[in-house]
Amino acid sequence: MTSSLMHEPVPPQKAVKLEVVDMGKRFGGIAALAGVSMRVEAGSVHALLGENGAGKSTLVKCIMGFYTPDTGAVMVNDKEVETDNPRQAHMLGIGMVYQHFTLVPSMTVLENLVMGRSHVPALIDWKKERADLSNFVNSMPFSVPLDLPVASLAAGEKQKAEILKQLYLNVRLLILDEPTSVLTPQEADEILGLVRGMAHAGDITVLIITHKFREVLAYADEVSVLRRGQYVGGGKVADLTVDAMARMMIGEREIAPAAARTEQAPGAICLQVRGLTADDENGDAAVNGVDLDVAAGEIVGIAGVSGNGQSELVEVLAGQRPPTGGAIMVRGDAYHATRTEMLRHKLALLPEEPLHNACVGRMSVAENMAFRNFDQPPFSKGVWLSKSRMRAEARGLIERYRVKTSSPDAAIATLSGGNVQRAVLARELGGDVDVLIAANPVFGLDFAAVADIHGQIVEARNRGAAVLLVSEDLDELLELSDRILVMFDGKIVYETPIAQADRTNIGRSMAGH
Amino acid sequence: MNSDLVLRFGAGAKVFVVSLFAIVLSLIVFGIFVVLSGVNPLDVYRLMYVGAFGSWFSWQNTLLRSAPLLLTALCTALPAQMGMVIIGGEGAFVLGGLAAAAAGLLLSDMSVPALIVQGAMAIAGMCAGGAVIASAGALRHLRGVNETISSLLLSYICIAVLNQMVEGPMRDPTSLNKPSTRALPDWAMLGNIPGMDIHVGLIFGLLFCLATYMLMFHTTFGFAARMVGGNVRAARMAGLPVGRLILIVTFLGGAAAGLGGMVEVAAVQGRANATIASGYGLTGILVAFLARQNPLIVIPVAILLGGIDASGGLLQRRLDMPDASVVVLQGIIFVILLASESVQEGINLPGWFRGIKPRSSAVAVAEGAE
Repeated sequence: MTSSLMHEPVPPQKAVKLEVVDMGKRFGGIAALAGVSMRVEAGSVHALLGENGAGKSTLVKCIMGFYTPDTGAVMVNDKEVETDNPRQAHMLGIGMVYQHFTLVPSMTVLENLVMGRSHVPALIDWKKERADLSNFVNSMPFSVPLDLPVASLAAGEKQKAEILKQLYLNVRLLILDEPTSVLTPQEADEILGLVRGMAHAGDITVLIITHKFREVLAYADEVSVLRRGQYVGGGKVADLTVDAMARMMIGEREIAPAAARTEQAPGAICLQVRGLTADDENGDAAVNGVDLDVAAGEIVGIAGVSGNGQSELVEVLAGQRPPTGGAIMVRGDAYHATRTEMLRHKLALLPEEPLHNACVGRMSVAENMAFRNFDQPPFSKGVWLSKSRMRAEARGLIERYRVKTSSPDAAIATLSGGNVQRAVLARELGGDVDVLIAANPVFGLDFAAVADIHGQIVEARNRGAAVLLVSEDLDELLELSDRILVMFDGKIVYETPIAQADRTNIGRSMAGH
Repeated sequence: MNSDLVLRFGAGAKVFVVSLFAIVLSLIVFGIFVVLSGVNPLDVYRLMYVGAFGSWFSWQNTLLRSAPLLLTALCTALPAQMGMVIIGGEGAFVLGGLAAAAAGLLLSDMSVPALIVQGAMAIAGMCAGGAVIASAGALRHLRGVNETISSLLLSYICIAVLNQMVEGPMRDPTSLNKPSTRALPDWAMLGNIPGMDIHVGLIFGLLFCLATYMLMFHTTFGFAARMVGGNVRAARMAGLPVGRLILIVTFLGGAAAGLGGMVEVAAVQGRANATIASGYGLTGILVAFLARQNPLIVIPVAILLGGIDASGGLLQRRLDMPDASVVVLQGIIFVILLASESVQEGINLPGWFRGIKPRSSAVAVAEGAE
């Protein structure tokens, strides 16, 4: 222990330059990274762009020492270094802020920061630590309240506290993994602006993992694009267009054009929610009196920062959570999420995380595709189940929805995320749909799958379905919706038709202003 | 089509090979145990075979012992299809026996036909056993109580109720050494299968296994139940009545074990006393796990375990080993089986077992997507 301590390098005091040379990593037969080389200049903001599964996370996990790469090397300030574990990376001044918060919610920011150090004395002199820390925070371009428990901070403040923690731990190369996915647009702008300021002052180097072009254009100096584990291009952001970057990201594949929305006046009100309330897992109120209407042939989008009751609202509509009050009506009939009601009103659901919410992993693809109608003819004759009919029907859906599976009898858990999603889409949208409820339906999917699923949703709307679309991605809502509602603290706080929708106003409502 | 068959068969083959491996390994470990107690393990294996399956006589003995195991195994296997681990079969078995004895004694006093007495006993036993396990299911569904713990504790309550009843209100004053209820009249007892020395309880067990297999794997009800078992969120999303399904399936499981208790009283003991809590419910757990919770596979596994049980007597007579030696073997099988289940994912069987990736259709589907 002591000998290894003596060899530990002294963390650098200024922004560092990072270089990755010929980095390769295989998982089983799949090359997650195939000889990636890239350079991040000291004091720059560098964006790492790529679709899901392009190898972005694998690359940074190799840099951070979570994975041992099969080939290649990491160089910091032109010297080859070993990062066999995250501790070594920290000693080199490399630190990472994860997509999901890692601070202990019940502890204060002060406690979190002090406990996060690699060497904490057995007895802590809190008075002295507090004084030291407030000096440190005062020297930073932004501050967070030190004595509040992390749980009571807003998402943007938590993100700042996470970044502050890395800076406090003397990090000089800050890796941010999709840092804005849990923030409002304003919070995102503020935080990215702050880290860019620190980078340009020469204090830190920033590597941002993202798939949002807007952030790349507004905040990054340079960009590297990965596709299928390979470096496929990059350079100064100023020299690149969105089109060029998009082409690098997705390659030469043809992407279905954005779904064409037919101009149509919304029909009769189809789905009505009145004064709906529901609790979360801990029994705290999560949905606080939601009223909304969705007419036939329109898409109503619900925006909001995650954790403001949207997922509970969807769960109530899906029958996965009992409401504590209020009423839901479909075409004027009371709706309690029973099977008969769902069948009668042709209700379809595209929940987030479909494997977790809408599938039985160990049952076959064919069986999973029959969840909605296994008890209806032709799948059932009286009480008996016809597995051959199920299989035959599934073959048709698999082909129509291009689900890649070895067989209709393969367990659905063996499929990739996108194909599970397609299988659920096939089940839910394969027949007639009058009411569609979708929650983050394209989360974690690649471009082609996203375009495909968006097309299906718009097509359902064009055919006259009432669509309720809940999403944390404002761009998705702006693209698809006819009307946008904003949910904050369990209530609908803002409503706008798409023609007058404005990113700033929506963002402000998302933050509760 | 052919490749689908390989895929389906391959998964089953893997389970079969792993289970077989667990049993063989257990026999080897048991052999070491036997050597340590100074006996030649090869003699033990031979005698176990003779005692279990060597003659018609030993076959009958084996089948007699497997009859209650068929029923108690279902008490674990059926709720397992809904993702619940129930280990309270012993309690349902005991309470089923007690209720059957009560119903039988009541009705036989009123001199009604034997068939009606027996029918009432079966219904009473199934209802009592079903109620025990269904209450574990209800606690789980309504209050989130862990069903494994609650069914185990309910078991102790059932055994206590049995003891209380046979030593108190239902005690036959003439049973001195071993407190028991009065004996059922001979005419009310269950008979043997014609031409054999095996009571009709074996038929009950076989029918129950077949019927519940059909129910769970070939009806819409079973499909819905397995959806709940696989992912309750997906089941709710499909609008299924989750609570009702849980109650029905746990009731059925308990009813199977309760019927086992009824058979024990009406065909073997002739009365209810502490003897009916002799561990059939516990061995049933082992049978269910070895059968991978499949009601159809419960049948051969129950016969195998019944055979191991039956051979205990012969080992005692010929090799002077304690009767309970075979219980050691059962314990070893259970531990190795649970361990093998966790390593199963990592085991790669030869290609022809694994069900080689059906290339043709995979490629066809993939190409269709491009």
